[in-house]
Amino acid sequence: MSFEDEPVPGYPLPILPGHSSPGRLERVLRAGHFAVTTELAPPDSADPEEVLQRARMFDRYVDAINATDGSGANCHMSSLAVCALLTRVGYAPVMQISCRDRNRIAIQGDILGGAAMGVCNILCLSGDGVQAGDHPQAMPVFDLDSISLLSTARTLRDEHRFLSGRKISYAPRVLLGAAENPFAQPVAWRAQRLAKKVEAGAQFIQTQYCYDIALLKQFLREVADLGLLGKVFILVGVGPLRSAKAAQFMRTHVPGVHIPDDVVKRMAGAKDGAREGRQLCIDLIQEIHSLPGVSGIHLMAYKQEDSVPEIIDRSGVLRGRVPWYPGRASAPTSANRTFS
Amino acid sequence: MYALRRWSVRHARGLNAFYRAFESVVCGLHPVWKKIGYARLERPVAATERLVKGALFDCKMCGQCALSSTGMSCSMNCPKNLRNGPCGGVRDDGNCEVLPEMKCVWHEAFAGAQRIPGGIEKLRTVQLPVDRRLVGKSSWLRVARLRAGAPE
Repeated sequence: MSFEDEPVPGYPLPILPGHSSPGRLERVLRAGHFAVTTELAPPDSADPEEVLQRARMFDRYVDAINATDGSGANCHMSSLAVCALLTRVGYAPVMQISCRDRNRIAIQGDILGGAAMGVCNILCLSGDGVQAGDHPQAMPVFDLDSISLLSTARTLRDEHRFLSGRKISYAPRVLLGAAENPFAQPVAWRAQRLAKKVEAGAQFIQTQYCYDIALLKQFLREVADLGLLGKVFILVGVGPLRSAKAAQFMRTHVPGVHIPDDVVKRMAGAKDGAREGRQLCIDLIQEIHSLPGVSGIHLMAYKQEDSVPEIIDRSGVLRGRVPWYPGRASAPTSANRTFS
Repeated sequence: MYALRRWSVRHARGLNAFYRAFESVVCGLHPVWKKIGYARLERPVAATERLVKGALFDCKMCGQCALSSTGMSCSMNCPKNLRNGPCGGVRDDGNCEVLPEMKCVWHEAFAGAQRIPGGIEKLRTVQLPVDRRLVGKSSWLRVARLRAGAPE
């Protein structure tokens, strides 16, 4: 899929009226398409080719690629650098910013820097605690939290000033996102917490892994009751489980991941765990696709990135639409002139 | 003290009512504080505040108290210093991701806020980032000063 006014790779699209960013993800969301995003695990390497190789695996299947920021409190290439490499060739990254490692001075600088390099989407996160990662002896910063980070980014963008009040001559044109976990305690508060994030500036959310459709439906009902649908795009997090053992490990050891018993049972009953995990993921995506109020999915296939094309393809949620990717003709042709 | 902190959340309604009454007394005494001099009062009042709120709430003396908006659960006890609600890592039993033996501070705040009239609405207030210059200073005196329209 390509837009008529698609520019040279790496250059921003014109900002349409009512849009905040020159990005492709916002275009897709506001046009009402079912968006597909995924995440790229930044390499433990200084080789740019490793980043591009990982990104190429998603060609044709995703609208945006999240660059994680020290996910799980483990050290990797920075999200800012990954985004810089991706935007150079025209990918649409979502720059994740975690509050764990940097204070408000560094973070505001990164928002300006990211936007300057063509980042159109920012995901504001609190971040995992340092105890979860490979440097538990590190200083946890947490100068801001996800919500004050959202409002900070919005201040930069809409009021053209830093938190200090100092003016910015050219504001970052970014779509602001946040995470939400409808499956973590206190479950009864999660929709209201989303309302708070929207109030602070969130325009889209990507949720934690969803394996519990009933809980998701309940969350969506509450979100609708609060009048939030239409104010925020909801991308539901999904991911393939590799085996019953992996499911068991994730639900006991990975904070915030909720996997119901029947899912573990289904995985345990399968001969080929990885295959069943992919099928389960496809089933979930199709069910999520049918839910009102959902704008897309965020596919997190950690260490199974090569399964992303198959899962998206077989789920059929793109409905024949081919998201733009570098190398694809950027000039509109009769085949990709419309949102087909 | 963890046990006393949890007691405070269970009695959030009463404590909140007391706190509000106390606040209006402290604010009403602004002329007296002004006469003595806020600067001179800072150390003894901060020390008292640390003692009282330390015992009741495990107060960390951030100097910009938000207890009345957080169900009387001090959010500075969150290992991530989150001021605006729980992270996504709260465990199924409502305990903290970082300190599994501790109840999530925000899980407690949600419970406390339900006991306070209007408490849930107050949780919706977007709290600004902490002003680190105020750490260790008296929040009581700051509120009295601000209410009276005096500069910080």
